[in-house]
Order: sequence, then C-alpha cells, then structure tokens
Amino acid sequence: MTTVADRRVSVWQGKINANVKVAGSGSPVVFLHGAGGLQWDGFLDSLAAHHTVYAPEHPGTTPGDPEAIHQLDNLWDLVLYHYDLLDALGLGTVPVIGHSFGGMMAAELAATNPARVSKLILLCPIGLWREDTPVLNWMIVTPASDMVKYLLYDPESPTAKAMFGTPDTEAVIKTVWSMACTGKFVWPIPDKGLKKRIHRIKSPTLVLWGKQDRLISSVYAQEFASRIPGSKVELFDQAGHLPFVEHPARVTSAIEQFLGN
Amino acid sequence: MYISAFNLMPHRDLPPDFENRYQSIWVTPRFHELLDAKRAGEYYNWTLDELIAAANAGADGICTNEHHQNAYGFMPSPNLMGSILARETQGMNCAIVQMGATLVAVQPPVRIAEEYAMLDCISGGRLVAGMPLGTSMDMNLCYGITPIEQRDRYREANELIVKSWTSREPFAWNGKYTQLPTVNLWPRPIQEPHPPIWIPGGGSTSTYAYAAERDYCYCFLSYFGYKSAEHSVKKYWEVCQQKGRDSNPYRLGFLQLIGVSETDAQAEKDYAKHVEYFYHKGLHVPGEWLGTPGYQDYQSMANSFRNPMIADAVNSLKKKRYKDLLNDRFVACGSPATVRDMLKELAGSLHVGNLMVLLQIGSMPHELALKNTDLFFREVAPALRPIWDDEWENRWWPAGLRKTSLRGANV
Repeated sequence: MTTVADRRVSVWQGKINANVKVAGSGSPVVFLHGAGGLQWDGFLDSLAAHHTVYAPEHPGTTPGDPEAIHQLDNLWDLVLYHYDLLDALGLGTVPVIGHSFGGMMAAELAATNPARVSKLILLCPIGLWREDTPVLNWMIVTPASDMVKYLLYDPESPTAKAMFGTPDTEAVIKTVWSMACTGKFVWPIPDKGLKKRIHRIKSPTLVLWGKQDRLISSVYAQEFASRIPGSKVELFDQAGHLPFVEHPARVTSAIEQFLGN
Repeated sequence: MYISAFNLMPHRDLPPDFENRYQSIWVTPRFHELLDAKRAGEYYNWTLDELIAAANAGADGICTNEHHQNAYGFMPSPNLMGSILARETQGMNCAIVQMGATLVAVQPPVRIAEEYAMLDCISGGRLVAGMPLGTSMDMNLCYGITPIEQRDRYREANELIVKSWTSREPFAWNGKYTQLPTVNLWPRPIQEPHPPIWIPGGGSTSTYAYAAERDYCYCFLSYFGYKSAEHSVKKYWEVCQQKGRDSNPYRLGFLQLIGVSETDAQAEKDYAKHVEYFYHKGLHVPGEWLGTPGYQDYQSMANSFRNPMIADAVNSLKKKRYKDLLNDRFVACGSPATVRDMLKELAGSLHVGNLMVLLQIGSMPHELALKNTDLFFREVAPALRPIWDDEWENRWWPAGLRKTSLRGANV
C-alpha cells in the first residue's frame, strides 16, 4: 500500500491553502486531475512506485474549503497560480501529467512557460474544439446516471460497477462541486485560446487517448499532436475517457517508457 | 393584500405526446416542429390582451417575466411587453410589475437601468423593478453565463443599477464583471429614490438573506402552491427577523395558479386539462438542468442533494392528476367561494402581502382565460384586498398607487 500524504501549501498571496496529495519516492512528477476531482487510485499508486507524485487538488475541491475557488477569476489567474504552486513545492522543472481538464491545464503551463515543464503527458485533454466533433458538455449530462457511458468503454464492467454502481450522496456532492470549480474556467465551450498558444510548447510530449472515448473523441489526439512539434500519440483500444482506470498497466507502462524508466 | 396578474406567455397547442417525444420544454424543443411564427404572434397578442383585461378588471399590477428557448414561456424580453402594457394602461391605477429583466443576461447591466427608467417614465411612475437572478436553464444553458459566477455577477449588476439610478453625479464603475468609464443615466426613473425592487426566486436561502439585507421584496415564484411553500417561506421570515427586519407581509410575494368558475364541478370541467397540460408538459425539464454545477453555492447545492425535495417534487409531477394538484394546492381552483377560502388560507399561512395570480394556465384558450380573469377579480379579489391593509403599508409598491380608495378602481 502506498502512503499518501496531504501537504498544505500557502500560495497566491496566502489566500489559497492548497492541498497536494504526495506519495512515493524518486524523481518528481505532477498529476493534474480532471473535472470530476482528484481520485487517488491504482494508477497513481503505480506511478508512485517509481516517482514522487504530486497531485494538487484544484482550488475549491479540497473537502472543507469550497470557497477557495473564489480567489481565482480567470484562466490567466489559474495558470499563474499553478506556477506559484510549483514554486512552493520546490519543483523548478518537472514532468507534468494532466487528465482531461488537467490536461488542458498542463498544456497551458507548458505553452506559457516552456521552461517549467520538462515532459508533458496529456491524457485525453480538453482545450481544443472541432465543429464536426464537439466535446460533450459533461456538466449537463442527463440523466446523470448516463455519465458512466461517456467515461468508460464498458459501462457494465466490474470496474464500472465499483466506480458508479451505488452513487453515494457525499461523493456526488464532491463531484458536482469539482465540476463547478473547474467549469469556472471552461464554461460553456472548452476552447479558451489554447490553439493560439499551443505552438509554444517545447517539452517532449506524449498524447494518450482511449480509442473509444465518448466524452472527447480520440480524433482530438491528432489535433493536439499536429500542433505540438515532435509529440507522440498512443491510443488504447477498449478504453474510454478514463484509460488509466480501464487499463492502468498499459497506461503506466507507456508513461514510464516515455519518462525514461 | 395587493393582487397582480401574471402571464407566462406559453405555447398553448403542444402535441398530446410532447413529453414523450421531446427531451425538454426548455433549451432544446424544436421551434419549427412545434410552432408557426404567425401563431406565436397570436399568443403574444393574447397575452397582452389578457393582462390588459386584468388591469381593466381591477388588478393592482400586471406582470411579465423573462425566459429563453422555453415553450412554456417565451418572453425573452419582458421589457418589450412591459412597454406596451405601460402605454395601454396609461392613467390607470395599475402597476407595471417586471419580474423581470434578468440582470446577468445583459452587458452592460446599465441597459436594464435605462429600460426600467424608460418604463417608469412612460408609465408615470408605476414600475415595480423585478431583478431576477435567472434560472440555470436560461442563463447557463442558453446564455452561456458561467454558473459559479452567476450570483456574484448578479449582485454586482444590482449595485451598479441602483447606483446609476440614485447617483446625482456621473461616476466610473470599476467592477469585476463590468467596467464603465462614465455612468450618467438618461432618463432617470420618476420614482424617488428608485422604483421598488422585487427579487423573484425559487426559495434559495442565500437570496432570502440578500433580499432581507437590502430591504427588497422577495417574491417566491413557485409552481408548487402555497402548501408546499410553507416550510421554505417560514425560513424566509426567520431570515428577515435575523436581519432585523419587521414582519411587514409585503416583504413577500407569492405566485399562485388559479382557476375560478361558477361551481367546483364546473371549474374541474373548465380547467383540469389545462392544469395537467401545464404540469405534465410545461414543466417537462430534466432535473439535472435545474442546477448546473456551480449555479447554487456550495451549501445550497449540498443541501439539495442531501434533502432532494425539489428534485422529488419535479420528478413526481407527471403522476399527478388534476385532483392531486388541487388537493396539494399546487392550483387553487373551484367556485369563487372555494378559491376565496383557499387564498385566505394562503395569505395567513405564508404571511404574504403581494399575491401574484396566474389566470392563464398552459393550454387554456384566450376566452377561458378572460372568463377566469373576470370571475377572479369580480368575485374573489374584493374579499382578499382588505387583508393586512389596516396594519401594514405596502412599501414595495409605487407610492402613487398605494391609496386604498383607488385600488380595484379600474373596474
């Protein structure tokens, strides 16, 4: 069992007391979670086997501190806030892995200051928009129980049942507020200008996608790759929007290979 | 009690299987499949005629509201309707109650300050300035407002509008959502310091506190009737007390659906199908859309998941028939005597002074809406008017229209 510690760091003129989940040992790697909030799972455990994993909770999503989100007004604030956070954690240049909303953030960080991101790993990121293949509006999925169909390749699998089988009220509240806090920066269309900045990314980049992602089609893998010079793409068959949940070993192995372990 | 007639301007001819064929009445219903623009023109004119008929019958006020992409009510601009009503009721003792223009829908929000000032000038100082937050469907899903910012935007817009009405000198506005180099409103409202402000809402505790702090009238726009509102309204009066406000019943407005006919049996014959149409088709909206993540503040959102009263009420609507809806007092229908008794009970149990009555419901045809309006104001309203009058003044009403002797005098 990996021991996961909560590290609180005061940033943004002391107005945000950020919570960062930290585990493992070895070279550091940052993980930025998606719109539904941070879930420490087997995938992060396996990364922590070879690295010190830093997984910050998006402002407002830390239990007991929902109002922290009101300290950041816009995407520019949010990008700069993340550099504050890296500074406070003593991470000068570091590999960054981002999933979905966190993927967009990772790409923004790498585009804004390429010196801070040594390697960039994008797991089904949002941030670009194709008229012919719009990104699902995940904040208004109806009925809410359909969400599993958009997130997982096989909504009937034991993994799906374990994650979505019996919705717990407190877990629903946490997820909804996470969507509220992340949605602040991307509502109503998750296309906030990354396409104009993405050419600035200099980090070696790996784009990973579930081939059957029904939330953001895997056609977006090529959209990202074609704009980031030298980037590599790997698609996982029989995987949806959470490939690291459905195929943790394959995803971890691709990441470890890219990181050079 | 002050009584105003409300009208939602609904689609009156939705197909019988509407709720099975369409995902929602709001946001996504297909216009070209469901309505002809010429027919829509008839609806708008009927709505105007029905509100003017209410004014002629003695209504203290007539109300319009704002919704978007919504077949149960499509007045995207309540002020377009309000300006016609202001003109058509020139010289009458009838307030123009805008319930109202949604502050966050307009950028810069001084546009609403200007339009309301125009309405106050045109009407001769008869405007009630409703300032709704706006629903999640209207503002988040149709207008793209970021849900978690909506309340903050709303509050800033409210402050800007009030300052633009009251400041004698031009000023610069450095807001978070609006920056203006020179605010110097033309025209200014007739009513000093500004028209009465009403906050329409659906029972959120944070809005209760907001209205009480600023001494505005809170207007509970519920479709679920006075019985199911009791618990929530009790909380409103507690909040008023906590904020040091008196218990003047005119601090509260309430919307009630009403059908008056010659007898209880005739009321069922007249209104049952239109009432069921309204609740089964008119409120056909996915529950998830009522609160896009961030639309409610954290505490209200957590409360509504832990105690899903509203979601349960919405989900159970389609099972309710006329008799259930009447029994639960979602609607107050019956003979004049029956409706009088119900509304007296409403006034007492909610401690409400500003009553809004919805007399055209769902598919109700124009002629029947006129019959309902006539019977209500002739046979029911006179018995309700004296309630509260010897104790309290309606401070949230245009000053020129408050005289008891003038009220109901449009008849």
